[in-house]
Amino acid sequence: MQRHLISAADLTRDDAVLILDTAEEMARVADRPIKKLPTLRGRTIVNLFFEDSTRTRISFEAAEKRLSADVINFSAKGSSVSKGESLKDTAQTLEAMGVDAVVIRHGASGAPYRLATSGWIDAVVVNAGDGTHQHPTQALLDAFTMRRRLVGRDAGLGQDLAGKRITIVGDVLHSRVARSNVDLLHTLGAEVTLVAPPTLVPVGIETWPCEVSYDLDSTLPKSDAVMMLRVQRERMNAAFFPTEREYSRRYGLDGDRMARMPEHAIVMHPGPMVRGMEITAEVADSERCTVVEQVANGVSVRMAVLYLLLGGNEPAVSHARTTTEEK
Amino acid sequence: MSKILIRGAKVLGGEPQDVLIDGAVIEAVGAGLSAEGAEVVEAGGKVLLPGLVDLHTHLREPGREDSETVLTGTRAAASGGYTAVFAMANTFPVADTAGVVEQVYRLGQEHGYCDVQPIGAVTVGLEGRKLAELGAMHESAAGVTVFSDDGKCVDDAVIMRRALEYVKAFGGVVAQHAQEPRLTEGAQMNEGVVSAELGLGGWPAVAEESIIARDVLLAEHVGSRVHICHLSTAGSVEIVRWAKSRGIDVTAEVTPHHLLLTDELVRSYNPVYKVNPPLRTEKDVLALREALADGTIDIVATDHAPHPHEDKDCEWAAAAMGMVGLETALSVVQETMVETGLLDWAGVASRMSFKPALIGRATGHGRPVSAGEPANLTLVDTEYRGSVDPAGFASRSRNTPYQGRELPGRVTHTWLRGKATLVDGKLT
Repeated sequence: MQRHLISAADLTRDDAVLILDTAEEMARVADRPIKKLPTLRGRTIVNLFFEDSTRTRISFEAAEKRLSADVINFSAKGSSVSKGESLKDTAQTLEAMGVDAVVIRHGASGAPYRLATSGWIDAVVVNAGDGTHQHPTQALLDAFTMRRRLVGRDAGLGQDLAGKRITIVGDVLHSRVARSNVDLLHTLGAEVTLVAPPTLVPVGIETWPCEVSYDLDSTLPKSDAVMMLRVQRERMNAAFFPTEREYSRRYGLDGDRMARMPEHAIVMHPGPMVRGMEITAEVADSERCTVVEQVANGVSVRMAVLYLLLGGNEPAVSHARTTTEEK
Repeated sequence: MSKILIRGAKVLGGEPQDVLIDGAVIEAVGAGLSAEGAEVVEAGGKVLLPGLVDLHTHLREPGREDSETVLTGTRAAASGGYTAVFAMANTFPVADTAGVVEQVYRLGQEHGYCDVQPIGAVTVGLEGRKLAELGAMHESAAGVTVFSDDGKCVDDAVIMRRALEYVKAFGGVVAQHAQEPRLTEGAQMNEGVVSAELGLGGWPAVAEESIIARDVLLAEHVGSRVHICHLSTAGSVEIVRWAKSRGIDVTAEVTPHHLLLTDELVRSYNPVYKVNPPLRTEKDVLALREALADGTIDIVATDHAPHPHEDKDCEWAAAAMGMVGLETALSVVQETMVETGLLDWAGVASRMSFKPALIGRATGHGRPVSAGEPANLTLVDTEYRGSVDPAGFASRSRNTPYQGRELPGRVTHTWLRGKATLVDGKLT
């Protein structure tokens, strides 16, 4: 694996499978009475969040604490950043305090890449979402969820997602989740179809390793998983679609549409959901919807990523079977 | 002022000749000229060009002296072989009054490295709403003939029409920064395959092309001439070619960076590649080179845009747009146009001196290298190859996309009306 995790496109198939397998080990820790490993004791990780994202920040924080890392949370609001301090100065200030890894969420696409490649700091950089570019740990937790559900928890170990048909629906244009998922799912052998109104499909998408469709209904019967992306209501003010209701009618997932999916197929959502917009309550609360599982899996996957990037040669879980020495 | 004999220079790339300068004027051009009483510069087969003229420079003074001043900018110009530069109006305060343009003009004259011809703003404060006092700027000591809101597009069709009409009274020209503002809200780079992957806001080619199409039609309708700044797309080339075939009085410029670099470089997220209009695709680059060769694009203009280090040492979205260009322009043109066989040195002289002077009505510049003409000259060592080192720039800023890149050619001497401003690559 590379030293940093910036883009899902940087992961090889073997990297990705290793992370997913490691995450399964980490998940077992969550079943224990004491949900903590000593692996990153004495290491310091800063969660550097320039954008509000309580969910992602808490998920990383839980992962870091379960690995016994020392955690610093840095939120740009009310900090020196709001007084004009640059990303470079903020990062260097934190590194001077002895930080081993920076988990960064930033509104500007490419900010984590700059942090990792500009010689500003030496710490390991983990991208927790940058602009409309990438959100690699989200893609990993989604792949983890799909592998568990579509291949099996134990049967999935060492396996990828070869041949699985994944449909991603919604605001692809503004979605780092869509970009990361297309990259990772392709690497893992899945067949990805993006469904969106043409206004929310980026110009230049033709080189992406996926299909693009404007028609949800014809895609649903051929899907093993359908991932609904959040659609911000404000988008209609920029004429991406006429009204919330029209969007919902054409691209929302309701009970009728869900019934057209194969029986084994699952419904996914990266959260936060806009109920009544891209997904109805009936679907969101159904057995087939994995939203809550995805949250739990997020912690396991982030533990695996941090462990693999920072943990060195120590086995993650000392008494358990380990697959972590392939690096 | 004494005499200077430039011995054995390939004038416009032709056979080696001698050029004798007396005072501010070229006294003679020919073989075996007498060196009596003259300081001799052995050209040794270097190429002698008329002093270069840049129709598009940002000198930043007044207001952003932290990035460039008239002094540092004109030293950079002399260093790059330029004897005249047109200074864009987007200063603080904006060059929209006679007072500001006269100040910039006089600073250029005082420093003496390069003539500075201020460009006046088309609209007050570059706001696109109310015409600036174009006539007053023309009649001022600065004698402004080129007007531009560069950095912003004159997007209101009525204001553009009026400006095109109004400047006809004194032979002026409006230089349009063609960028439809609504189509480029939040734009960060060329819209296409790379922007889709990088998740950076797209700056579509159509935002440039639609404005150019509108403006050439407006120019035709009111019988005015119009100049297109930094044309950057293959589609824009087609529109200008069509307009010229129709007899519309349109001229266009291309920057050196659009002749060489593509949006693939943005994958580094290094803001040194962030520029407006953005770097485009390989297809566009090739179309621009071809258009510059066949005359559809008239001139090369640098869009020299200095920025302090901190404005580039940051994440892409926060970075300023623009790159310095005066000190590398000729090398990039040699690389992209001469070494590819698209232009000879006479063609380079035409596109970097004669025609820009003509478009901007820069009296005394862009003249032939012949007896009786002003001694504005540039001597180029075209055999030289070296990598670009921004530490050696005369500009106050270092935001070049060519750091470490090997480029051919080096300007060794520049003369402004017979006075050497650059000797053996060193500013005087």
